[in-house]
Amino acid sequence: MSAPVSPIRTPLVEGHKSYHDITNDLVAATERTPSATWLVAFLISVSVLTVGILCILWTIWHGIGTWNLNRTIGWGWDITNFVWWIGIGHAGTLISAILLLFRQKWRTGVNRAAEAMTIFAVMCAGLFPLIHMGRIWMAMFIFPYPNTRGPLWPNFNSPLLWDVFAISTYFTVSLLFWYLGLVPDFATVRDRAKGFRRKVYNFLSFGWTGSAKHWQRWEYLSLVLAGIATPLVLSVHTIVSFDFATSVIPGWHTTIFPPYFVAGAIFSGFAMVQTLMIITRKILKIEEYITVEHIESMNKVIVATGMIVGVAYLTELFISWYSGYIYEQFAFFNRALGPYYWSYFGMMFCNVVSPLFFFSKKLRRNIPFTFFMSILINIGMWFERFVIIATTLARDYLPSSWSFYVPSPIEIGIYVGTFGLFFTLYLLFIRVAPVVAIAEIKAILKTSGDQYVGPNAIHHNDHDDHSHAPQRDEDDLQEVEKVSGALKSHQSTDVKSTSQATAAASTGSATVTQDDLTKIEGIGPVIQGVLKDAGIFTFVAINKSSVEDLQRILDNSERNTGGNNPESWPTQAKLAAEGLWDELDQLKDKLDGGKFA
Amino acid sequence: MTIRDKKVIYGLYDDEQDLLKAVKAANADHLDILDVFSPFPVHGLDPLLGLEESRLHIAGFIYGAIGLLTAFLGMTWIFTKDWPIIFGGKPHWSVPAFIPITFETTVLFSSIGMVVTFYIICGLGPGVTNPTLDDRITDDKFALAFDAKHVDNGVAESFFARTGASEVNTKIL
Repeated sequence: MSAPVSPIRTPLVEGHKSYHDITNDLVAATERTPSATWLVAFLISVSVLTVGILCILWTIWHGIGTWNLNRTIGWGWDITNFVWWIGIGHAGTLISAILLLFRQKWRTGVNRAAEAMTIFAVMCAGLFPLIHMGRIWMAMFIFPYPNTRGPLWPNFNSPLLWDVFAISTYFTVSLLFWYLGLVPDFATVRDRAKGFRRKVYNFLSFGWTGSAKHWQRWEYLSLVLAGIATPLVLSVHTIVSFDFATSVIPGWHTTIFPPYFVAGAIFSGFAMVQTLMIITRKILKIEEYITVEHIESMNKVIVATGMIVGVAYLTELFISWYSGYIYEQFAFFNRALGPYYWSYFGMMFCNVVSPLFFFSKKLRRNIPFTFFMSILINIGMWFERFVIIATTLARDYLPSSWSFYVPSPIEIGIYVGTFGLFFTLYLLFIRVAPVVAIAEIKAILKTSGDQYVGPNAIHHNDHDDHSHAPQRDEDDLQEVEKVSGALKSHQSTDVKSTSQATAAASTGSATVTQDDLTKIEGIGPVIQGVLKDAGIFTFVAINKSSVEDLQRILDNSERNTGGNNPESWPTQAKLAAEGLWDELDQLKDKLDGGKFA
Repeated sequence: MTIRDKKVIYGLYDDEQDLLKAVKAANADHLDILDVFSPFPVHGLDPLLGLEESRLHIAGFIYGAIGLLTAFLGMTWIFTKDWPIIFGGKPHWSVPAFIPITFETTVLFSSIGMVVTFYIICGLGPGVTNPTLDDRITDDKFALAFDAKHVDNGVAESFFARTGASEVNTKIL
């Protein structure tokens, strides 16, 4: 916030927002009556969730026999879905923790929703092992607690128990981290609310006041939590991969699994964040906070992790051949050319080929294409887990035990039901909590708002000079000193009344100077109006704009200014901004109607 | 900070830069600032207010160490003393296999401990209602508050006027 910002940095908050605008825009979604779209979406989600609940109850009542698992294929859709959902969760923690450590400012636009996605995805994931255990009423046996059975302890050497610890820790830490960020924002909602609503948000905001010491601790805690959540998130999918890697099944017991699973998790998680964010920003009309810049940044992560996943697939293939171990070789031959060949090629296409399109900047910034790709990647990553689990198990050591597996309607119903759970929770979340972290957006406004950085910046001169240069601060203080002397003789005695103190000292960081732009040859009153509508008020702002940007502003205006050529305006504006009026006149003589002759 | 039954005189500023300048001016005038409230963390404020660096990370380390010992010693006791079982021919005390659970428990204890400590020392928690100065502090205003006992009203008013506060109010908390 206090460091000077390069004007070429791309803005992350568009629309020349003030702090108050940010509050209004981001709290609005929780204050208005639910829209018809929301209600329809919510009803569909709840219906789908109901189907899922019925299928789960059916499974619990009749037993795992209602699934099509068999002696050979002990893990099917259940564990596939578990790994898929838990992987999706990883993007949220990556955004909120790792990007916080890397000081990536675009994190602030998407971290709240991504963390919510993490929590809901982990809830969906956790369901599967619980149901899969068969007797869900004995689920507490997985935790080590003193019991009357001996006490009998779980096997601490088993990766399946490590999973229990990893996932419950991951869920708890994500929830704490998410709520920590929500506390100040709930206070913002509280302070705008009245009556019962205020009571509810007062409860949720934990009595937050915004005191300086609290903010200091809050920032500190966020940073330390991010520091420990980073190894945590890497450990979670590592441990999930141990479920496979520590076994003796060909195609599973490879040391490449932990990094490959973590990269795949982040890959699929970012795809899910894109799916959600593209819909959310549109429906809640928060495109100015979740900009194309955010979407492009996430697409860069997708292409990077997609490449890692692709390299891992090819390494696996190479190593299986190179190992000279026939069972390993067969496992991979079977994946690609066995009965489930379609899932292998679906995986290869969706995860390895399709992310390559994101090497094109144009496609990275194309929102419909990104949405389409995000769905494709979600499907591809689901195929990956299916290939690893069901395909590998279907053809084991003994050809007499070979089997084939198709999910039963109950299994499909449970999987579809988790979408119901996920979207029901997500839709409730966007009604109750601000989807974008309000306080964090305000904190980056001065370094990422489009009035401060980028082609439409208007605050460069006056703002930066006043607030950032230490020399000017001293000057201001001296000025304050002088004015205070004058004021002391007029002290008000009525202290209880609310007095509107006039801003006597010219601290001035909020004022915008406006230059007479018509001094530039080629700019008349009409074009000056068009430029000011576009946020260009000063010579400096024109100078900082590119000719293409100016041309675009003119072309897009309703005032029919497209025929003008701004090629010389930045040059002229530079002279005008520096007060070199004689030089400007000389230049104007050489120009032909504002164009270089 | 818990404030109770205190008469407070406070000025509201529109921009964090104005607030920082006001805090500097108050320090120069040796005025005793009660507290500063803002809608987001204002960087550069802590040294001006003389706030010491938070020690939450030390607490976090201690909680983490407790978690580490709990998990590691717990598993050691269970597998060597309480109920030794041979799993796959491995030794009872198979340290590498204890690493994942030890790590997870360390992280779990450390984060729960730190977050709970944070809420307790800040006086925050579910259902807690702390007195606030102004509803707009969580929106777009930055407040600098003086204790009316320590800073004379007249002095405070003139201070707020010359440092560019947009509003001056008094409130009993």
